[in-house]
Amino acid sequence: MLGEQNMEPTPAHGPVIEFRDVSYALPKGQILLTGLNLQVQRGETLILLGRSGSGKTTTLKLINRLLAPTGGEVWVNGASTAESDVIRLRRSIGYVIQDVGLFPHYTVEKNIGLVPRIEGWSAERIHLRVAELLHTVGLDAGIASRYPHQLSGGQRQRVGVARALAADPAILLMDEPFGALDALTRDQLQREFLSLQQRLNKTVVFVTHDLREALRLGSRIALMEAGRLVTVLSPQDFLRSQDPLASAYVQAFAGGLDSLTNRGAS
Amino acid sequence: MNLLHFLSQNREQVLELTLEHLWLVGISTLLAVLVGIPLGIVSAHWRGWNRPVLGMANIIQTIPSLALFGFLLPVPWLGDRADRLAILALTLYALLPVIRNTYTGIRGVDPAVVEAGRGMGLTDLQLLFQVELPLAFSVILSGVRVAVVVSVGLATIAAAIGAGGLGEFIFRGLAMVNNQLILAGAIPAALLALSADFGLGWLEKRLRPR
Repeated sequence: MLGEQNMEPTPAHGPVIEFRDVSYALPKGQILLTGLNLQVQRGETLILLGRSGSGKTTTLKLINRLLAPTGGEVWVNGASTAESDVIRLRRSIGYVIQDVGLFPHYTVEKNIGLVPRIEGWSAERIHLRVAELLHTVGLDAGIASRYPHQLSGGQRQRVGVARALAADPAILLMDEPFGALDALTRDQLQREFLSLQQRLNKTVVFVTHDLREALRLGSRIALMEAGRLVTVLSPQDFLRSQDPLASAYVQAFAGGLDSLTNRGAS
Repeated sequence: MNLLHFLSQNREQVLELTLEHLWLVGISTLLAVLVGIPLGIVSAHWRGWNRPVLGMANIIQTIPSLALFGFLLPVPWLGDRADRLAILALTLYALLPVIRNTYTGIRGVDPAVVEAGRGMGLTDLQLLFQVELPLAFSVILSGVRVAVVVSVGLATIAAAIGAGGLGEFIFRGLAMVNNQLILAGAIPAALLALSADFGLGWLEKRLRPR
């Protein structure tokens, strides 16, 4: 199992992440996000679902302060991110992106061990941790000495997840992590994500535009459109929702399945 | 052959002028690297710096070398010694390729890699030294290579202000209308440029990130 080295003491009650009337605009004035109020509870997987340009990635980057809100406050672990040490904050949050962003000049082991190394862990402890993480994400230990360009897309993304988990953060941010993978690999990684999440019980915020993925992985789904939060629903409620945008998503999704069954019937 | 005969008869002087030449090129390249790489880093990271810095380096590049040597001659401390002056001029010329390639190399690092690094909590300096500079290294090195090759050629002109180097043979040969003397300066200089180009090119290829 994973060690208990959370970097920030977290209060036992209340949301882990909280958006308080948050807005974000570009310096030139274009508004990407407005009036966002949202709470993320401990151990849940909150999905941010929406089209490109809906503000979901912006929302994610406000959590680890890759972006600073232009209005309102983002609270993480009981403190406003504006008042936190931003480097500490980011090291206490795992971050996985679609393009993975592995360091091409580092081996898998150095990629995964980078933050622990910067944090001053002993070489032996890092080595053990890397082996443990490779096992956790379903990779062979022999892969540790390879370079990113020697890996398949699925392997790369697994290394990306392992790297995000390296310092055992309580929070994991994932920005369309499986979006660039082929359907079979994606399916497999989604399944592994679910079993991983059962074991590790992280607080996860997960961005996707794929309803199927949202329904499968999410504890709750936050639907976004044009820089606003439309609604937050459980996957079950999402399927029954009367909200026009939510039902449009469901219809588009069901439409795909229908045409498939019709074709089979004819 | 007459030229070989000349070179072997004067090998001490050839060696001395070659070393002088190497010294001029070596010191000026070192200075250009020490100044140019930080300037390239700064212009890659702060938008406002990019244009003035690269613009300046560009303008310097357009000044004819003989004129630049001449301009600098009356400057107090510099004008005292011809080699100081030559080194400064060569440094100024070497700046552009070094700055430009540092800028290009850092800007060329995959944005996803930078974003991942920043998201993981790397400080700006950690990002620079662990990620950006290693990944930009081969591009920066190719800028240094251009600077060295250009400097080897330009340094021959430094002899015009008495800074020494292989240019002495060339200028002496020109004055005496002696082709052998000209070649005695030009051929070693060309060989220097070629071997620097080849050596640094080889290093660059070896260090290129996969």
